Amino acid sequence: MSLDTPIVSTVAPQQPAKKRKKEIPTWIGSVTLLVLFLGGWEFYVREFNVSKLILPAPSLVIEAWYASLWLPSTWYHTWITALETMLGFFFAMVFGVALGAMLGKSPRLEKMLNPFIVATQVVPKVALVPLFVVWFGFGITSKVVIAAVLAFFPIMLNTALGVKSVERGYREVLASLNASRLQKITQLEFPSALPYILTGMEMGVVLSIIGAVVGEYLGGSEGLGNLAVKEMNSYNTTALFAVIMHLSALGFVFYAIVVGLRRFLIPWHESAQVKK
Amino acid sequence: MSLQTAPAGVQGGGIAIALKEAGKDFETAEGLVRALTPTNFNVREGEFTVLLGPSGCGKTTMLRMIAGLEAPTSGTIEVDGRNLWIADKRDNVALADMGMVFQEANLFPWLSIEDNIALPLKLRGVSKSERRQRARELCKLVGITGFEKRYPRELSGGMRQRASIARALSYDPKILLMDEPFGALDAITRDAMNIELQRIWMETSKTIVLVTHSISEAVFLADRIALLSPRPGRIQEIVEVPFARPRAVSVNEDPQFQHIANHLRDRLEH
Repeated sequence: MSLDTPIVSTVAPQQPAKKRKKEIPTWIGSVTLLVLFLGGWEFYVREFNVSKLILPAPSLVIEAWYASLWLPSTWYHTWITALETMLGFFFAMVFGVALGAMLGKSPRLEKMLNPFIVATQVVPKVALVPLFVVWFGFGITSKVVIAAVLAFFPIMLNTALGVKSVERGYREVLASLNASRLQKITQLEFPSALPYILTGMEMGVVLSIIGAVVGEYLGGSEGLGNLAVKEMNSYNTTALFAVIMHLSALGFVFYAIVVGLRRFLIPWHESAQVKK
Repeated sequence: MSLQTAPAGVQGGGIAIALKEAGKDFETAEGLVRALTPTNFNVREGEFTVLLGPSGCGKTTMLRMIAGLEAPTSGTIEVDGRNLWIADKRDNVALADMGMVFQEANLFPWLSIEDNIALPLKLRGVSKSERRQRARELCKLVGITGFEKRYPRELSGGMRQRASIARALSYDPKILLMDEPFGALDAITRDAMNIELQRIWMETSKTIVLVTHSISEAVFLADRIALLSPRPGRIQEIVEVPFARPRAVSVNEDPQFQHIANHLRDRLEH
């Protein structure tokens, strides 16, 4: 996922489930594609004698990755990166949902803050990373801040969108029932915005990892991003690839947790339906 | 709270809702638009009143003012003798006497049918077991027993509207207000829902005010029809519908039914 992907998404419209004949499960197709890709890569590297410094064969990468799993240092760095990601994501959630909800509730506030939101949006936030390192030091604090800043925007914007998208008809039901302000929030606005918040969280958690890793690239001596830089500096491209693989696995775990939340929190929503 | 049964059409003689010079003007970019001219109208207790008219005649505005969703810009509305709107603020005691059914069922998709039906009770702090019990009774009343645990998207449009009627009845209001409740349904379902609504009304002896633009629906359901006409919105005529209850769909073959329907059609066209 790149940094300039649009970070507000619409929630998919409801579609009737199609009845299908017996077909080959799609995961078989996915696995076949992966095998073909790795096979092609392996073949290319071996056939054209590509230097290990440029592109190591996938078999070597997997071997190196597997070996690294037995090193305590790998897990130490993993823990540091995971911690930075989780803390950053946590703060992004707290501030993103709170500010997003306020913006969604108050069109005036949104209008007033909009120029600033747009301005901070268009700033390439990774360019601020050196600044954060200067401000918050080489420890994990600077990485947590970067992770939080990157994840904050999609969470805030999607929350605001979710609160604004509450159906008028639902509001009228509560108005006719004389619901209190608090009841409107707990019974309507929060559950109604939850699918949007989850979409923001899905984008945000990925950006949190990116933020943490980019922070590690530029400063400090811990974390998987820092490990990657060390391997690069020692021209150990195979190990670099192994670190990238490890990072991807970590990212996948975080992403899967957030996606899993969707099924758990909003089983009623179309996006949480298990597609057959 | 239990569902009372009383002979249909029994009118306590009291006035359930009284509009006194109640009117509504909307401010638009082109200036003031008169949605409803100041109107005097009484809804009798236990009566089935239909507000009939073409779009723009103020019938929905009138209902929404009664429902407490929009404040009148002139006059007063009394519900059970209590002034509903005091300077743009609703009287919540008067509001609690009424249940509102919208054109769309507006069931919350994240709540099961029983939780949707019992939502008004939840807002009132009724215990969960009592809510379940009440939802079950209401599902039986509106004919959706067995769907308590389903989500709204699993139900057809007609069944969703039944659930929304059950929701409006959950706190046993004296008055049921309905804004084109079957307008989004197909003709066959609509006929069935009209029969059902008549039965529910007879079983619960509520006062009902229903808005529609369908002449046959109005004549079939109503004790009294208030015919509204547009530009500016106003009550043009009040028509009594004398057929005995319960009415069957075949009542529309009755010459008097035709007579009333034709009369209304004439008035709507002029």
